Amino acid sequence: MAEKSRVCSVWVGSETGILKGVSLAKKQAFNFCEMSHLSREQEVCVLCWGDVHETEVLLGCANGEVKTFSTEKGVFTETRLCGQIDEGKFTGLAVVDSALVTSVESGLVKVWKEGSTDTVEINAGKSVCRMRQNPAQRHRVGTGGKENGLKVWDLERPDTPVFTAKNVRNDWLDLRVPEWVRDLAFVPDSDKIVTCTGHHQVRVYDPATPQRRPVLETQFGEYPLTALSLPASPVSVVVGNTQGQMAVLDLRKGLVCGSLKGLAGGVRELQCHPSLPLVASCGLDRFLRVHSLEDRSVQHKVRLGTLAWLWTLLSLCFRSSLLQECPATHQGDEAVKEEEHGGEDEVWDAMETVTEKASQRRKATEGFRDGAEKMAIKKKKVKK
Amino acid sequence: QTTEDIQSSKLKKKAKKQKKESKIAVQNAEQDANEPESVDSASAPVFPPTFSVSEIKNKQRRHLMFMRLKQEKRRVRLKKRRKEREALGDEAPPKPVPKTIENQRVYDETTVDPEDEEVAFDEGTDEFSAYFNRLTNPKVLITTSDRPRGRTVRFCQQLATIIPDSHVYYRRGLALKRIIPQCIARGFTYLIVINEDRKVPNGLVLCHLPDGPTAHFKVSSVRLRKEMKRRGKDPTKHTPEVILNNFTTRLGHSIGRMFAALFPHDPEFVGRQVATFHNQRDFIFFRFHRYIFKNEKRVGIQELGPRFTLKLRSLQKGTFDSKFGEYEWVHKVSLPLSRVKQSLYCPHITTVLLGVLYCDCFFKR
Repeated sequence: MAEKSRVCSVWVGSETGILKGVSLAKKQAFNFCEMSHLSREQEVCVLCWGDVHETEVLLGCANGEVKTFSTEKGVFTETRLCGQIDEGKFTGLAVVDSALVTSVESGLVKVWKEGSTDTVEINAGKSVCRMRQNPAQRHRVGTGGKENGLKVWDLERPDTPVFTAKNVRNDWLDLRVPEWVRDLAFVPDSDKIVTCTGHHQVRVYDPATPQRRPVLETQFGEYPLTALSLPASPVSVVVGNTQGQMAVLDLRKGLVCGSLKGLAGGVRELQCHPSLPLVASCGLDRFLRVHSLEDRSVQHKVRLGTLAWLWTLLSLCFRSSLLQECPATHQGDEAVKEEEHGGEDEVWDAMETVTEKASQRRKATEGFRDGAEKMAIKKKKVKK
Repeated sequence: QTTEDIQSSKLKKKAKKQKKESKIAVQNAEQDANEPESVDSASAPVFPPTFSVSEIKNKQRRHLMFMRLKQEKRRVRLKKRRKEREALGDEAPPKPVPKTIENQRVYDETTVDPEDEEVAFDEGTDEFSAYFNRLTNPKVLITTSDRPRGRTVRFCQQLATIIPDSHVYYRRGLALKRIIPQCIARGFTYLIVINEDRKVPNGLVLCHLPDGPTAHFKVSSVRLRKEMKRRGKDPTKHTPEVILNNFTTRLGHSIGRMFAALFPHDPEFVGRQVATFHNQRDFIFFRFHRYIFKNEKRVGIQELGPRFTLKLRSLQKGTFDSKFGEYEWVHKVSLPLSRVKQSLYCPHITTVLLGVLYCDCFFKR
């Protein structure tokens, strides 16, 4: 069990309560479940890392329990009841200085301190679809939901949000534009926040500016965007929608750079690797796919048994294991580059100096010749 | 002159078949100065190098000559191969197997292993578990798109005779999202919406009601009872048996269960009626038959009822919500067309989920 869990580079939670560890080298998913009896109530809603060193995985289940799983030992170590079923499912989980922060669908964000039953409660609105933690300032948390705009909260001052986003202006029919924040992410090295909405919009907010409206807004597709992730480069964002279309958008201009193909069902969760240009996606088609962001091809595809509400976590150990798995490809790339460099010099030396005018003339004459032939053919046809 | 030419070309063909060379060849040589070389074609299979079939201006004759040329070449090639094979005797390499679509099928990795526990658990607790645990009986509401025309209306009525405990209601232009809560309140378990286009049914939305998945199909080749040849009398109200063929992948399992849950659990064998959903190459063929056992080994069947073909377009989790719903599977046309990879079926394992009867009786391969 411990060996299996150490090998796994991607962790996925499923609808039946099973935590799956995926080893990309072996292209296999290993199941880790606490008890022999599974139920839909144990559906994993949220996953997050328990600590900075990524040795523990915290799972938030539908019945309000938060379980701790140790990746080194390969067993579930702790269970904690953090909420009731009637409040709704977990929509966010975070760890702040050994305290647990949970948010539920009904809008309550609670901070559970270790050892004591006191909780600090924040009412983040009537619905919260996602809560995410700022990786740089770990006591800051962002929330967003249906008809509930983006709010950034400081957990040390839970009364009022640090930043409340304002809805965009009325559209061209002077109607209020509906809001539905499905996922959000904090851009590293700046204050900016990127959100994706259920109305297929991607918005960037900047709390550093006095403008509370989005700084950038773009649209992608016609279906609700369910997942968002920021890759290592700060310029782009990867989004996925309910039809399984995933795309890389550029945040400078708001244009689509390219789309990632292969998913047959809706995307539930996306995660980019912190340093490598890779993105893992899972969704309702029960597959975990790892795409490379450079050429947008599928690097790994692993079959998972059950579906839906899968969350993925990428880790730093992902990187090291990848290098072991694909040393061949890395070396191959380097070798290819060397060849290209060497090859280019030889080619340049071997080539004769060609003047531009001659080539232009050649092109022009060729063009004329082709054109003349075409005209001749046309004339012949007309005559006939 | 043209009719004479045609006749002459036909004569030439006959000459080749019967191998009467001299007389007719001479006659043809007089009539057609264009094709002196064709005389040779009657006797010798090889054309002289200066002549090519493409030089003949007459399309019909050119086609004929080309066909003849191809046949000759093929004959020569086969003869040569047969001679080589006989010459080698025992050392001859084995005959190559011709490529067919069935041969080239890519093994689908989502094929369900019958012993897979996870899938078994998944199916034990999914939206159909209430039906498969015998807690509920199906109650089906059949409706159409707004303002249906004759064929669709008759199709709905015939479907209602086939599916027990089903009711046909006129759509009245109501939104499906408003109909669904009302159906749930009245205890319906399924909603079938038949979409009509240009007076012909062309789509089917099958929505499992309490929370269940919604499948959207394309309907084609609808044959109503009147159009069936050698059909039996109208189906009785006995519950039919259900046969589900070739739903082997994970997606196939979900769709197969959807179809199974349309019909009540215990079929009434007195009625001797059977409904078949046969999946082949991602097309689902629906047939409704009445059978009778003549003796232990022989069965007679009569086709009753409508027949139609379905193709799955999308499977959406939750009740009908095409804008904001999450799709479990969507048919994407942009992917490279491959006849070889199919989503509902894998050829290595064939399972029949429900039903008692023989298989392969209806569709002879």
